[in-house]
Amino acid sequence: MDGIHDLGGKHGHGDVDYEAPGTVFHARWEATVFAMVNAGAQAGAWNNVDRFRHAVERIDPVAYLAHGYYGRWLGGVETLLVEAGLVTTAEIEQRLARVSQPQPASLNEHVAARPKAQPDPMGPPPQMAGSQRSMANPPKFNVGDRVATATQVLDGHTRLPAYARGKSGMIAAVHGGWVYPDDNAHGRGENPCYLYTVTFDGLELWPGGDPLMTVSLDLFEPYLTHVACPATDAQDAQELK
Amino acid sequence: MSKSHVHPEVLPQALRAEALEALLIEKGLLVASAVDAVITRYSERVGPMNGARIVARAWVDPDFRQWLLEDGTAAISQFDLEGGQVEKLVVVANSAQIHNVVVCTLCSCYPWAVLGLPPTWYKDPAYRSRIVREPRTVLHEMGLELQPDMQIRVWDSSAEVRYMVLPEQPLDSAGMTEAELAERVSRDAMIGVAR
Repeated sequence: MDGIHDLGGKHGHGDVDYEAPGTVFHARWEATVFAMVNAGAQAGAWNNVDRFRHAVERIDPVAYLAHGYYGRWLGGVETLLVEAGLVTTAEIEQRLARVSQPQPASLNEHVAARPKAQPDPMGPPPQMAGSQRSMANPPKFNVGDRVATATQVLDGHTRLPAYARGKSGMIAAVHGGWVYPDDNAHGRGENPCYLYTVTFDGLELWPGGDPLMTVSLDLFEPYLTHVACPATDAQDAQELK
Repeated sequence: MSKSHVHPEVLPQALRAEALEALLIEKGLLVASAVDAVITRYSERVGPMNGARIVARAWVDPDFRQWLLEDGTAAISQFDLEGGQVEKLVVVANSAQIHNVVVCTLCSCYPWAVLGLPPTWYKDPAYRSRIVREPRTVLHEMGLELQPDMQIRVWDSSAEVRYMVLPEQPLDSAGMTEAELAERVSRDAMIGVAR
């Protein structure tokens, strides 16, 4: 999908607001959202990371940009909890009315008054089943092959960013078989396929840009086709001069 | 360079998170103490200190360095890591000619087990949109001056493979112990926004 989340190469987002290491969570609610994402997965609201990522992509685009990373996660977890029937929007709104009421300071202390950190009651972090799968068929591409990426906008969840669509690159690594997110996010099965690191010259992605850069992406086999024409290599070599 | 990170007292998303938290606790889907457990795990046990230990080992042990670059996933298995998000780790080495930098343009994929949770700027639109297009400019703005002929390799984590940069060992650190070296490794160098 051509969503707001697909940010690579977009203009207008300003300077990087750098912050030195040290602060993991800036407010308690951020850690609360993290814990609710774990809880939602454990409750079965979703059963794979691709479905969760797609739920984040589906939140309101203004909120996507304005509410920060944990705000985006909150949108994703709420969507999936509601869609799974575990909570209703009305129930959330009722609690929201309650927490939004101005309250005496003493009543606002309940978060800070919780027990201090203690042994993890949830056990280790929920590990989704891994995404690597063994493949019966051999990979279609080998290291050094030139490939072109799909040109069409793929519906729904996809891991081919818009800026790498319809571009030519070189296979830099073959990573074996992995669950195909484009199907898995939509409950169409895992349909594992080969994953490759594909390296693109900067000038292929950004004509007129930095000639001394490459961008490498991990792309699934269905996104790729062979580019056999040696003329392309010659042309690329020419462009690099 | 950092702007102030002061937020309004109560953000709407903070209130909504609190509302959903209350509801999930009522329904028995969330244990209240789970929030504290998350804070403890990612503040104390899972963070860039783990990646720093791995880098320091690679600096003192050439065999380990080679293993780390050839099969990062296997090489880090002896480090007893937790925290998730590293089903396959690829470690990419800086050199005098090559600088590596890591991003996830589609979401915010990051090697939690070795670097902890990502910093806010790594997840924000500015870094995600620009580092794949004008890395030299962004790195300059972040305080990293690269030689004009330095090649930049950007790694966009678009699937489940996670990336970590192996920085060059500082010239003035020869003779240090592995533990001392680990103290010299910064989170930013392992992302690739510092050297």
